[in-house]
Amino acid sequence: MITKVHMEALSPTMEEGQLVQWLKSEGDEIANGDVLAEIETDKATMELVARGDGVLRKIFLGEGGTAEVGAVIGVIAGADEDISDVEGTSGGGGGAAAAAEEAPAAAAPKEEQPAAEKPAAAEAAPEPAPAAASGSDDGRVKASPLARRLAEEAGIELSRISGSGPGGRVVKRDVEKAKEEGVATPSRSAPAWTPDEAEYEDVPISQMRKAIAKRLVQSIGPIPTFYLTIDVDMGRAIEARASMNASLKDEGVKISFNDIVLKATAAALRQHPNCNAQWQDDHIRRYNAVHLGVAVAIDDGLITPIVRNAHRKGLVQIGEEVKEMAGRAREKKLKPEEYTGATFSVSNLGMFGIHEFTAIINPPEAGILAVGGIEETPVVVDGEVVVRPRMRITMSCDHRVIDGAQGSRFLQTLKTMLEEPAAILL
Amino acid sequence: MAVMTYREALNEALREEMERDPDVFLMGEEVAEYDGAYKVSKGLLDEFGDKRIVDSPISELGFTGLGVGAAMAGLRPVIEFMTFNFAFLAIDQVINHAAKMHYMSEGQFPMPIVFRGPTGAALQLSAQHSQACETYYSHAPGCKVVTPGTPADAKGLLKAAIRDNDPVAFMEGELLYNFKGEVPEDDDFVIPLGVADLKREGGDVSIVTHGKMIHVALQAAGKLEKDGIQADVLDLRTIRPLDMDAILETAKKTNRVVYLEEGWPYAGTGAQIVSMIQEEAFDYLDAPILRVTQADIPMPYAKNLEMMAKPSADHVVEAVNKVLYR
Repeated sequence: MITKVHMEALSPTMEEGQLVQWLKSEGDEIANGDVLAEIETDKATMELVARGDGVLRKIFLGEGGTAEVGAVIGVIAGADEDISDVEGTSGGGGGAAAAAEEAPAAAAPKEEQPAAEKPAAAEAAPEPAPAAASGSDDGRVKASPLARRLAEEAGIELSRISGSGPGGRVVKRDVEKAKEEGVATPSRSAPAWTPDEAEYEDVPISQMRKAIAKRLVQSIGPIPTFYLTIDVDMGRAIEARASMNASLKDEGVKISFNDIVLKATAAALRQHPNCNAQWQDDHIRRYNAVHLGVAVAIDDGLITPIVRNAHRKGLVQIGEEVKEMAGRAREKKLKPEEYTGATFSVSNLGMFGIHEFTAIINPPEAGILAVGGIEETPVVVDGEVVVRPRMRITMSCDHRVIDGAQGSRFLQTLKTMLEEPAAILL
Repeated sequence: MAVMTYREALNEALREEMERDPDVFLMGEEVAEYDGAYKVSKGLLDEFGDKRIVDSPISELGFTGLGVGAAMAGLRPVIEFMTFNFAFLAIDQVINHAAKMHYMSEGQFPMPIVFRGPTGAALQLSAQHSQACETYYSHAPGCKVVTPGTPADAKGLLKAAIRDNDPVAFMEGELLYNFKGEVPEDDDFVIPLGVADLKREGGDVSIVTHGKMIHVALQAAGKLEKDGIQADVLDLRTIRPLDMDAILETAKKTNRVVYLEEGWPYAGTGAQIVSMIQEEAFDYLDAPILRVTQADIPMPYAKNLEMMAKPSADHVVEAVNKVLYR
């Protein structure tokens, strides 16, 4: 039996995947469930498993190549089975090595080509009507699905065929006419103009970078965001942390300030469920449980592993989970369920010396905290200037869900808890 | 081959299946003493007696339910509706009981029952009695829907429907009962359900249709031929199960499809088939698939308006010209 190997959706938001490495070669015996390849999704590197038994007869997608979810990238079948009907996706070429080989070849004729090409085109057959005629006032060529396929098979650019169908649609007979009359120039002709090399460099973007771009555009566009900033005196938190860490010393456990912020945030959200909520178009969903997304920087992006039910967890557990997941996040080993489904997020750049910043909401969540570093700051207390360890928190709020006063009250609670950590226990 | 009418072909099918299997019986309004409102059951009362050819009161819901019960008890009822236009009251028994019984009883009760009678419009019977009812029955999973357009198909498909272990809505045409055609002389002539028939081979365009509309399609194909256009006419014969392979074969061959049906366009059979063609043969289409249907209005009584509301060969020719970009 023929089993096509598809690019599968290995993360909830994955639209295409990059083949990192085939773990099986053509000709290998495959059993259902065997790991065939490693795929880089928009979030992590995942394993692609076989969905049938047989021999890995054909690999279409080379290592480094990219294919859309659903594309056929290989074939498992019986050793003698006819697989000639199975069409697959070879993706974006054979990866970095192949691209490197092709690059000089493509670049070399660049200078001569425009000059050389023009006379050639003029000689080739009676000059075709430079058929922008194909009903394309929006720049799109209208063509029937069949005409599109036939043109592609014949290597004719659709835009060079003038359409005789309604609204200038290119239909079968137009492609056939074009084939007979030899209108076409090859569709893979070099671009007419290429910029100087120095002007810019095209860096391939990772799946994660694509996902980030997509998500953030989604965010700042449709989400009406506003920001609330509050200063927190961290004196008591520093004392509490020192005494807790002293008592945990024998166990080799250390609580970070971020762990305290997470714990306090979870506790404060329990008191202000209107901030632990999502806009759902026709209703607002308020969560009882607090699943905290914790932004973790990794080499080529960021990811937010989630502390599930953070409101029920103690500082030590929160700290250990964040540390463990952050480690795996850097190795891209997080499972989709570990980074999807947060109800609120926290991003902390204090360790980079950032005083204050704003974070972008990760939809569909309605809020995110941007936490700055703790800095010795002169402040006025009871009419006197004193130096206090202060930390600035800015909350981004989805105004569709959270109003200014609601967000402010949440921040007040959070401030109280951080300034008097015992309040977290109340 | 014997030449006989559609009515005679149905009568033969009933007779042969009743002779073959003592569990088969026919029930409906006027089927016994009066030989059937359209004389489909002519002579059967004399031959099989009143235990197997049963006149029912004018109570579609009641005798349809009785048939469903009889099928559960192991018989193979053929329930005649004087027309499917009268059977809306009984559709609860068909959709909610017959079509679901096998499923909901976890296979304990098979449902070998046939609901048969004419569907669609005849002439000037007005809005309530001029409806093509196929879609109501094909919409729900569990019910097979058969629409023979020729005497041979009527006979072969009715025999298959009676032998089938699932409920079958067997939809005839009032205007077809007198239609004559050749029927194989073989008392085991059975046409399997779910197999379409290419009634005419062309190659330039596909007219896909079912039931009595095949005659409109063939008429349109004749007109087109004078214009040098050769049309495939594909008769689905069974709407559910659907012979998708045959549909795709003709669509891929001609690259352009017109669907012709007697019923309304909205969520009609054609809507389903267009959807399936574009899903599976998108790259073969050179033109949008067009449908020719009854106008989206209740059928007018006035003769001239009725003619305009019904799908006609001219409507089909017009649609074919459009998909051929002529």
